[in-house]
Amino acid sequence: MSAGKTEKSRKEPGLISERVNRLSPSGIRKFFDLLASMEGVISLGVGEPDYATPWHISEAAVRSLERGYTMYTSNSGVPELREETARYLKEKYNVKYEPYGEILMTVGVSEALDLAMRAILNPGDEVVMPDPHYVAYDSCVILAGGEPVMVPTSQENNFEVEARDIEARVTGKTRAILIGYPANPTGAVMSRDKLLAVAEVARRHNLIVISDEIYARLVYGVEHTCFAGLRGVKEHTILLGGFSKAYAMTGWRIGYAAAPKEIIAAMTKIHQYTIMSAPTPAQVAALEALKTGEPDVVEMVEDYNRRRLIIVKGLNEIGMPCFEPRGAFYAFPSIRNTGMSSEEFSEKLLVEEKVAVVPGSAFGECGEGYVRCCYATSLADIEEALTRMRRFVKKYKK
Amino acid sequence: MLKDVLKILENDARTTTKQIATMTGTPVGEVTKLIKQAEKDKLILKYKTIVNWDRIEDDQVWAIIEVKVTPEPEAGFDSIAGRIAQFGQVRSLYLASGTYDLLLVVMGKSERQVADFVSQNLAHIEGVQGTVTHFVLKRYKVDGEILEGGEGAKRQPVIL
Repeated sequence: MSAGKTEKSRKEPGLISERVNRLSPSGIRKFFDLLASMEGVISLGVGEPDYATPWHISEAAVRSLERGYTMYTSNSGVPELREETARYLKEKYNVKYEPYGEILMTVGVSEALDLAMRAILNPGDEVVMPDPHYVAYDSCVILAGGEPVMVPTSQENNFEVEARDIEARVTGKTRAILIGYPANPTGAVMSRDKLLAVAEVARRHNLIVISDEIYARLVYGVEHTCFAGLRGVKEHTILLGGFSKAYAMTGWRIGYAAAPKEIIAAMTKIHQYTIMSAPTPAQVAALEALKTGEPDVVEMVEDYNRRRLIIVKGLNEIGMPCFEPRGAFYAFPSIRNTGMSSEEFSEKLLVEEKVAVVPGSAFGECGEGYVRCCYATSLADIEEALTRMRRFVKKYKK
Repeated sequence: MLKDVLKILENDARTTTKQIATMTGTPVGEVTKLIKQAEKDKLILKYKTIVNWDRIEDDQVWAIIEVKVTPEPEAGFDSIAGRIAQFGQVRSLYLASGTYDLLLVVMGKSERQVADFVSQNLAHIEGVQGTVTHFVLKRYKVDGEILEGGEGAKRQPVIL
């Protein structure tokens, strides 16, 4: 068969499901392929810690492998890890979950998000979410047969989503609200008051709230509010958390969902047929992280904070106005004064100055006019990236 | 505040006062003053570089020397330790618990040079009862820095 024929048969309708066809083909894919082929690029693109997992955490997993802990675990996860997760959530956020029935260990928050959507959505159900948002949010809803509904947020409101804007989009089909604060890509955090207002909307319309709190530990000068910890909302909340960002464990793929028994039971049903159980060595490592990893988190957060202050000040000085992100490890500066689209800006910046940032438009329409800069990279690289971006912005400033 | 500044400099002595000012939310002038005072107070002793000499020359010999001493009636271990510390070859010196008293890290150009230091200098100091010398075969980690293979895995270009 010739290559041309193969190409043709791929395009025939019906081969790929409509749902998957609906997912936006990522414009960034091309961009990252370009990046991979270039030398000397400073990347502010990848959204993960630049630390390796603290060694005592990795070593716990190595030891478990040496002892032959290589089999499946319970579908829900190692009991001790669920107990420790429950203890952690109680201690940190004063929210009480039953380790046997209300907590499920998953392959990162990504899996937990997918399970949550599949467990609660019927075809055509709507899920309201802020725009911009993490790239998987709308896709997970679509894959589960739902309809994502966008609530615009803006720099003027520090990219916090307003309860009244959510409520304005609630219809008879609305099933859930999906929020993720501290936020990827903006670095925004939500104040307790604003979260309370969201909780009130959810209560009024009997909606489930899925709260992705993977960046909970990465906050600077503010306290993280755990949504499930707000009074009277736990029964309608699916809390998603994980180890990737706080403990620098992205590659381990380990996270969890905590929710009322009925929802966790439904999510576990899907999980047991599709995943079986989260990776065993990763669960061992996660347990070690919860038990003894606190000093590592504190140290890494201090270090992210120093770099955050440098990049935010730097971006504002070079003509890329940036609100102060209080969480995660992203700055989300505006590039409007160059007159370019965020994709055009990112591509040109990569080609001309060899600095990789992610176009804000990848995260939703409201991300247009911004780029995401991850500052989980060395201080020297941040300074060099700022120098190059200064030159670039000066050249194209309108 | 002072602790924050010292921690930043300890991690990277080349962090500029301007950067430190931004990181700590303190005016540049204030940071400069703090550092000057810390230098004066000997809180900051020196700014040095960790060099991986093993990669450029091989005429460096490191040894760890255990020294058993008789403490002096009034000065205890301090006076004898003070004397040993004067030798340029002695790069680090600690009082330790266990079967010996002082632990020295010594650098020389050859094993002979280190041996001479032990037999001609160290052994002659009053109060030194005995020494055990361990020559270093390979240095893996120095002052918190892994010398070889510590770069770790590179991040992959991923979309998230």
